[in-house]
Amino acid sequence: MFSLSKNGRARNGWVNFTVLACTGVIPLLLYVAGQTFYLDLATRMVCLAIAAISLNLILGYGGMVSFGHAVFIGIGAYAVGIPAYHATYGEFDLIASYNGFLHILLAVAFSSLFALVTGAISLRTKGIYFIMITMAFGQMIYFFFVSLETYGGDDGLTIDARSEFPAVKLDNAIVMFLVCYVIMLLVIFAMYKIVNSRFGMVLQGAKDNEERMRAMGFNTFKYRLTAYVIAGALCGLSGALLGNFTTFISPEMIDWTRSGELIFMVLLGGGGTLAGPLVGAAIFVVLEEVLSSFTIYWHLPFGIMLILAVLFARKGLLSLFLKEDGDD
Amino acid sequence: MTEPALEICNLVKHFGGVTASDDISLSIMANEIHAIIGPNGAGKTTLVSQLFGSLAPDGGKVRFKGKDITSLPTYKRSALGLARSFQITSLIMSMSVLDNVALAVQAHEGHSFKFWKPARKVETLRLRATEILQQIDLVERADSKVSALSHGERRQVEIAVALAGEPSLLLLDEPMAGMGAIESAQMVEILKQMKGEKTIVLIEHDMDAVFALADRISVLVYGRIIATGSPDEIRQNEDVRRAYLGEA
Repeated sequence: MFSLSKNGRARNGWVNFTVLACTGVIPLLLYVAGQTFYLDLATRMVCLAIAAISLNLILGYGGMVSFGHAVFIGIGAYAVGIPAYHATYGEFDLIASYNGFLHILLAVAFSSLFALVTGAISLRTKGIYFIMITMAFGQMIYFFFVSLETYGGDDGLTIDARSEFPAVKLDNAIVMFLVCYVIMLLVIFAMYKIVNSRFGMVLQGAKDNEERMRAMGFNTFKYRLTAYVIAGALCGLSGALLGNFTTFISPEMIDWTRSGELIFMVLLGGGGTLAGPLVGAAIFVVLEEVLSSFTIYWHLPFGIMLILAVLFARKGLLSLFLKEDGDD
Repeated sequence: MTEPALEICNLVKHFGGVTASDDISLSIMANEIHAIIGPNGAGKTTLVSQLFGSLAPDGGKVRFKGKDITSLPTYKRSALGLARSFQITSLIMSMSVLDNVALAVQAHEGHSFKFWKPARKVETLRLRATEILQQIDLVERADSKVSALSHGERRQVEIAVALAGEPSLLLLDEPMAGMGAIESAQMVEILKQMKGEKTIVLIEHDMDAVFALADRISVLVYGRIIATGSPDEIRQNEDVRRAYLGEA
């Protein structure tokens, strides 16, 4: 992406556009053709893609391998589930509500706050320690929700009514998909602006050579923490969407294996590329669907595919189609 | 040459049993080129790292323009007007030459919590970066990725990045390291342009370069300054000859 020639930029633009168009149009066409199931699959894909895109900001562009990113999906989902639960069964009038705007506000606010506090601690560490500490924070929240008997604990919580928005009814499958899809487009656009902004340059510079960035005069910690909070907030948003989509939430959404899957999506599709995480999420969702219909041990062939992808497309599958600086 | 730009007072640094900085006291005058020479392992890079804040000294003080900066983190020293080039080239390899220099300019143009406007379209940053590249004669390589540059060119970018923040004091850690004769001569020319305008602490093994550039020279041996003086004084100093120059 750096100082790429006009041709290269145009080509990459087309690749990204094709990916976005396909993921939007194909599910709708299948739905019209009577294959309604695939629309559900696509909605799940888009929700996970938003989470993966948010992870990509810190992992792909910032070089911070967070192994606890799914925690924000959980926080976002419970930010929908808990107010809806109280709106149905009483108590906690302060937050009891079906109002979608409140849900999203809570999801983003709590995710940001959690990211700020845990990020401020985690980002003091580097490398493997950062991986372990983010995972530990994730597991803490996992067990926190397991211990909340009111909201189903281990068994999870069924959301009786989806978030309510004026004029937009999420109960309609097409509306649900379109809402998620449009939000994803906005997130990708925001990502495009962020990574090319001054902030984005600092973030990517610090990934490449933190010592040099500090020597230039950047307090890299502050910039990384900001990226961590942005990523957390966006992932919380994806959690609120996912909770609305599945109408069932449980601590299992937060488990560290879920965080691992998000990392798979980013690396498989292409870390540090705009549409890569979406490609990764699409492949993940389809593979999960196809492979798990053959065997409950679907992670095994999935793992083999991941190894092959890492060996033969080190920068992710999307990079096979993208032009890089110096290619032309 | 009135007041010191940088004062080093009784600086001490140990690594296990090795004393890398042994009670070093030195004043660097404003706008002088002060070379620090010494055999391998004398503690030159250790000294620079302490001056720049990447290493914390075990004792002593560093004052910059009268201000105690001994415990200031590197990025704050940079903001005060200190810049460093690294002995082992340290750049953002994945970015272009212009991007590297523009980032260094950006570091001194206020905060970078600017999330929307494309950084590569901010003219003040690009123009200033281009100016600096012209100054070191590297403008035709502006769009090349740093990873595609030759060693000598990378060393030049290293200087450009250090210059970008318009520092008042440059710490140059072996800018000619690994360079051929022609490249070295070019670098000497670049540094000569700054003579009298910037305070430079120059660590260098290339004696021709040192004697061509330096106003004063300090000789560091086993963590101790054994002599400080003009190039002529150093050339004639008996201790220095014995310890280091080897009658060269």
